[in-house]
Amino acid sequence: MHNNVLNYLNEIVKVKPDKLAYSDGTNRLTFRETYDAARAIGTYLAKEGIRKKPVVIYMNKSPMEIAAFFGSVYAGCYYVPIDEEMPAERIRLILDNVNSPVIICDEENKGRAEELRKDGQQILLYNEIIKTEHDSELLKSIADTTIDTDPVYIVFTSGSTGVPKGVVACHRSVIDYIEQLSEVLGFNENTVFGNQSPLYFDACLKEVYPTLKFGATDYLIPKKLFSFPVKLMEFLNEYKINTICWVASALSIVSAFKTFREVVPEYLHTIAFGSEVFPIKQFNTWRATLPNAVFFNLYGPTECTGMSCYYRVDREFTDTDVIPIGRPFDNTEILLLDDDGKIAGAGEDGEICIRGTAVTLGYYNDKERTDAVFVQNPLNPFYPELIYKTGDIGKYNDRGELVYVSRKDYQVKHMGHRIELGEIEANVNTFPNVKLSACIYDRENSNIILYYVGDIPEAELEGELKNKVPRYMLPRKAIKLDEMPFTGNGKLDRVTLKKMYFGEI
Amino acid sequence: MEELLNILKNIRSDVDFEKEESLIDGNVLDSFDIVTIVNGMEETFGIEIKASDIIPENFNTVKAMTELVEKYRNA
Repeated sequence: MHNNVLNYLNEIVKVKPDKLAYSDGTNRLTFRETYDAARAIGTYLAKEGIRKKPVVIYMNKSPMEIAAFFGSVYAGCYYVPIDEEMPAERIRLILDNVNSPVIICDEENKGRAEELRKDGQQILLYNEIIKTEHDSELLKSIADTTIDTDPVYIVFTSGSTGVPKGVVACHRSVIDYIEQLSEVLGFNENTVFGNQSPLYFDACLKEVYPTLKFGATDYLIPKKLFSFPVKLMEFLNEYKINTICWVASALSIVSAFKTFREVVPEYLHTIAFGSEVFPIKQFNTWRATLPNAVFFNLYGPTECTGMSCYYRVDREFTDTDVIPIGRPFDNTEILLLDDDGKIAGAGEDGEICIRGTAVTLGYYNDKERTDAVFVQNPLNPFYPELIYKTGDIGKYNDRGELVYVSRKDYQVKHMGHRIELGEIEANVNTFPNVKLSACIYDRENSNIILYYVGDIPEAELEGELKNKVPRYMLPRKAIKLDEMPFTGNGKLDRVTLKKMYFGEI
Repeated sequence: MEELLNILKNIRSDVDFEKEESLIDGNVLDSFDIVTIVNGMEETFGIEIKASDIIPENFNTVKAMTELVEKYRNA
């Protein structure tokens, strides 16, 4: 039985050493090259005595970044990917939280890494440390003392207090997820992935690890292509990409621009979408274009490693229908719980709670916020058993399929990114000349709108916020108010704000 | 092209569109911006832009975007 995600790499390198593993169209690594780079990095870290520590990876999205992930794991550490476009303030919060002894970076990010590093934190250059001679005995001794509940990575997700939360996942969760996902989606050695997700999200696991498991190939599609749908489709055709797992908004851009009139993906046969609702009109355009392809709707939180539920599209949907999220992967169970912690009645709404090996270890260095959502299964008072409360409301439809209904709180899915509106507000509220702020989400047009009361012009506030939150969290518009509306019991009245925004009052 | 500039300002008030020479190559605009700009152009000018015209060269500068709109309006 596998107890380490690197077993996939150790095995495939013997079988298909010279096959292309990861490519971004410019940089390419075969399985042998991936293995060699990762083992060198692992040896370097181990010789420095870095073990069971978070290792920050600050690199541009590339095959080399993936090799650096595996290198950290060979050293018995766990990787913490940093987004190269993240604002400095957010990176500082992450570095404070994980307190890592090292940052591995490439030439492009070296300058910024040096600016942001904490006292005593070493900066290691990828191109230097991959020259380290492998010490197989040392790496074996590390593997021998690594168990499957040791962490593999920490990825950060939005936190409503303004401080991001680091979800830490172990080998066993990743292996369970990869095995189940691969079986359902039918990955194999002929799979050619076209990855869309950034590598600092759990979403990239869908391609990164099955590539090792099967000896498949994973093309990291340059981000820029997602603005230019014809070029994007040409990229898929050029590399004979047959499998994609994209956020629905990336798929929608392609179909909404009528790209298929000019170019059709010729090799695509498996299309998974998720992380947000796929507008049916766009979904149907894809289906009509690729009638022989299989489509999957995936659902799951970062806190449960990746995806927890799937629905394989098996019928037609009209504009008013909702595509279900279906059923959980094997070895995962969904509990739909009411406010009293009991199973919701048939057809009733309940909070989607998840149980299984894929439930991650919690938030790193953050017991309080971990304990709030990783809780004892209320249906089991007899022995310790943690479930994860997603904060998503779901229900079962007439066919017994799980359907996503809404959020319990102010978390939104915006262009595939999970955002706590509270995180934006918390950052805006730190500005000395802002008194109050509140965000609303215009789902129809995918716009975040920020309302605030304060002594700062709208454009200036927008400019300052850019230094605080990632680009995808920036409100489309900041609107200054003289007074904020409040409800009868003194809470910020977001319903009134929404009505104001849509011109209803 | 006052109207186009207004669309752009509305979408990204933090960008000095008249000065920027590499809106795409310089990573100033992301895919969401492009979608919003194209939709804005289509609605404001009553045109339908072909996917084959949604390419980096047509969005790198305001001048390029203006020419793109003009091409459709004169067609």
